[in-house]
Amino acid sequence: MSTKRFAPFTLLAALALVLAACAPAATPEPTQVPAPTQAPAATEAPAPEPTAAGPEQGDPYLLGAFFSSTGPVSSLGVPEANTATMVVDQINAAGGVLGPDGKLHLLELKMYDDQSDATIAVEVVKKLIEEDQVPVIVGGTGSPQSIGVIETVTTAGTPFISVASSSKIVNKDDGSQNTWVFKTPQQNLPVAQVQLDWLTAHGFTKVASLGVNNAFGGDSMAALRTVTAEAGIEIVYEGTFEPGTTDFSAQLTSIAGTDAEALVVHATPGEGAPLTVQFRDLGLQIPIIHNHGIGNRAFIDTAGEAAEGVLFPIGKLLVAEQLPDSDPQKATLLQYSADYNAAYGSAPSTFGGHAWDGLMMVKAAFEAVGTDSAAIRDYLETNVTNFVGISGIFNISAADHTGIGKESLVLVEITGGNWVYVPPSDYAGVP
Amino acid sequence: MSLTDQLVQFVASGVTQGSIYALIALGFVTIYNVTGIVNFSQGEFAVIGGFVAITVAHKISLFRGNAQVALEWPLPVAILIGVAAAVVVGSLLYRLGIQPARQASTLSQIVVTIGASIALRGMILLAWGTDPYRLTPFTSGAPLRLLGAVITRQSLWVIALTGLAVIALYLFFQYTLTGKALRASSANPNAARLMGINTNRMGLVAFALSAGLGAVGGIVIAPITFMTYDRGLMLALKGFVAMITGGLTNPFGAVLGGLLLGVVESLAAGLLSPGYRDAFTFIVLFLVLLIRLGRMRRRGATAAMAGL
Amino acid sequence: MKASALSGRVAAVALVATVALLPLLVRNNFQVFILTLIGIYTMLTVGLSLVMGYAGQVSLGHATFYGVGAYATALLSARLGLPGWAALALAALLTGLLAFAVGIPIFRLRGHYLAMATLGLNVIFVLILKNESELTGGPSGFTSIPPMKLAGVVFNSDAAMYYLVWIAALGVLWLSFNIVRSRVGRALRAIHASELGAETLGVDATVFKLKVFALAAAYAGLAGGLYAQTIRFISPSSFDVLFSIELVTMSAVGGLASVWGSIFGAATVVLLAEFIRDQMNALLAGATGEGEIIIFGTLLVVIMVFMPEGLVVSGMKSFRRWQGRRRAPTGV
Repeated sequence: MSTKRFAPFTLLAALALVLAACAPAATPEPTQVPAPTQAPAATEAPAPEPTAAGPEQGDPYLLGAFFSSTGPVSSLGVPEANTATMVVDQINAAGGVLGPDGKLHLLELKMYDDQSDATIAVEVVKKLIEEDQVPVIVGGTGSPQSIGVIETVTTAGTPFISVASSSKIVNKDDGSQNTWVFKTPQQNLPVAQVQLDWLTAHGFTKVASLGVNNAFGGDSMAALRTVTAEAGIEIVYEGTFEPGTTDFSAQLTSIAGTDAEALVVHATPGEGAPLTVQFRDLGLQIPIIHNHGIGNRAFIDTAGEAAEGVLFPIGKLLVAEQLPDSDPQKATLLQYSADYNAAYGSAPSTFGGHAWDGLMMVKAAFEAVGTDSAAIRDYLETNVTNFVGISGIFNISAADHTGIGKESLVLVEITGGNWVYVPPSDYAGVP
Repeated sequence: MSLTDQLVQFVASGVTQGSIYALIALGFVTIYNVTGIVNFSQGEFAVIGGFVAITVAHKISLFRGNAQVALEWPLPVAILIGVAAAVVVGSLLYRLGIQPARQASTLSQIVVTIGASIALRGMILLAWGTDPYRLTPFTSGAPLRLLGAVITRQSLWVIALTGLAVIALYLFFQYTLTGKALRASSANPNAARLMGINTNRMGLVAFALSAGLGAVGGIVIAPITFMTYDRGLMLALKGFVAMITGGLTNPFGAVLGGLLLGVVESLAAGLLSPGYRDAFTFIVLFLVLLIRLGRMRRRGATAAMAGL
Repeated sequence: MKASALSGRVAAVALVATVALLPLLVRNNFQVFILTLIGIYTMLTVGLSLVMGYAGQVSLGHATFYGVGAYATALLSARLGLPGWAALALAALLTGLLAFAVGIPIFRLRGHYLAMATLGLNVIFVLILKNESELTGGPSGFTSIPPMKLAGVVFNSDAAMYYLVWIAALGVLWLSFNIVRSRVGRALRAIHASELGAETLGVDATVFKLKVFALAAAYAGLAGGLYAQTIRFISPSSFDVLFSIELVTMSAVGGLASVWGSIFGAATVVLLAEFIRDQMNALLAGATGEGEIIIFGTLLVVIMVFMPEGLVVSGMKSFRRWQGRRRAPTGV
């Protein structure tokens, strides 16, 4: 075969490709460039050096991030990535982070898209650690992406704050916490507990459970099973649907044939909205309660009238204006809402909020201990106490790398196309 | 809901879904009949048609918020533009991707249409992102109750339009010059060419036509199931199975195949296992193929000779 | 023949040397990881090339066997406690047998039907992975897969897995070269050219196709097991139809009927994706995923239309033509 005579050329071509890929990749020491020229484009105001007595500029602090900006979970990943960009721009516009050395350090964000794929997530995390040499990473939109990189960050000793919800991200099999991994979203269990409170307020004993067949839905359904089993509530119908399903009539019809008193849905707007519309069209009279996957405007916009009366537990972001002024989170929530709206022209979602929490924790760590990975990890584990975030008020400890639970959630009802806070005393009255 | 009511409902929903599969399958049949190619990007035409109609009829922001569109034109206009957009894309696809590869092997052609479907999906994703979007139902009003089942008004539109499409297609192929030319090109390309029919032009017409059919399917289902960027692949797969079930070349068979597939899926998902719903599509496919093979075998022909 | 046999040997030595030395030349573990991925994907692509290029059968479900191997290895080593090497070997074997069994009904089909059947197989497989959570961990995936342990060495570093994967990949390549050059290879090409013709010459087409399919599946199973031991976490979405299509892209880029091409195809796709993610991040305003999808889709179309034999073979033909023009005396 004459192909073989030229096989060495193929080889050289492959080799050339590999070396070419090595060459233009990130330069080994990105911090050599003087600080001011590293500032991201959004700094309108020049860095506040004019004050003669102000701190001097130090080298930029690197920060790694990866989200699923494309792929099946991009509706979660895009607000997260947007938030990351916005936060870093804001910090840099104010001059940067004041490090423990007394100097101002601008933040340099290295962010990648893992395309909702666990293998690519591992790839970009290795890139962040080895090529970009970031001391800390925030990200991992979907649970598989986050779980997939645990091994890598642990071996490398780089602290990682995940924005995904599965408890397996921080919990080892024996219940202890993964040393280098933290997460900002509530677990799925507290969400199920709020749903349970609502169910018991109504005295329901039989429910139907319908969820999307991915890590998010699966975990959420498992959480519901756990809490209902403890409370003696029977799940008379449990079904799943694939992501991207368009027709739920089969499952809904089956539910109509049971004696379920309520329907619990575990989905994001892509499926949750058509499901709710078809649920109403079918004329089912039982109330419907979703989980925290529909915490963004897209659900109301697409489901339209069908969204009226839909309940779901969610972080306080969506009903920030309705909170009493004494609520410690209110100011932070309103500020984030306003900033996100100004930057991106749309309301923020709770998913973006998870990213905000992670980034602000990193900022606090930078201010306290600088850029040593081990020091950042220790700071996160011991010093994040009563930390007012978007998702809740965090209290991270060695036994709990998540730091928030049921108290960070509220029940919300969609009324008149808006989110309305439902205090626990009113659970029995809604919808 | 009693069991009988449920069964009626399963069938009713199945017929609605199945009509979409039928429309997609019709597109497949059209292209296959004329060019011998199975177009894996057929599903993307449905998505493009649906999205363009939604963009024209509603306020929407494209390209990750970089472009705000607020045309809000009347629904019929939006539908026409949606279909037109898909037809344009289908024609371009033929000219740029399919026509140059006409002489290539089946394998190459399959891979070309797969590549095209991937590229199209990427462009759809770039323009409309991952959020779902809804088209307003053609007529407003409460759903109707028929024989114990609930049927939305839009479902009636779906079924009606599918029926219209089949009839229109039949008339087109039987009684118009272009339609007859298309049939000639598929029956015997060489003879058709000798008669002065431009087979390349026929291929273009076939692609344009099936793109339009796909777009109609996407538009008419968008009010019920909304439209997201990744609907294309599954729609194409199910349409393909419908086509095979109906017997590759027969448009009526394709429609029946689509309806049958929709109903089987609905019943299986409702009575057996909702999680495996998509699997039933392929189980149907395997059964149909095995039955066909069995029939061939009994007649003494090998699959290769019969070209299945 | 001697010259080409010699240059074949030179090429082989060059390949082995390159593989052995690359980790020392590249700068960090991330690049070692990329090279490891290329090794895994090479094993997948070689099998697909054999099936699609040599035997001429369309397979849009190759990721199925990748997944079977990965999950089998995970289950055998994590749940049953088998040592890593045994889990790998057993997984590869089981995958091959499964492919053989599944191939018996499927290979009675041709062309589009066969393509659809393989696709359907993939869809059903992923659904099983997602729905049978007791067994597979469901959509959240299978965690805590133990690393390979061999002769007291634990393979839990990037460099160690690189060498393990590439030793396997080189083995797979060597085996495939021999097959292609042997009687079996000739039989396969005969089947590809004309199945009926081959059968009249006494070649039992079905059995050959099945064997190739099973072998390719065994390669994929091995690759899957190694993937599981590299990342130590697997989830169903890594083995879906979209990845099968990505494998077809790798095969097409390198050349459907070229064993050398499969390394090239795998490397090109991985490096191109990395390039897009790295260099085009700013250009695409963070939407590198969409950019990647469009570029790969277009690439696939362009290659199948203009260079159906893949970049390697087409490139070489152009090279030879250019050489021929240089050497030919004027006027010929």
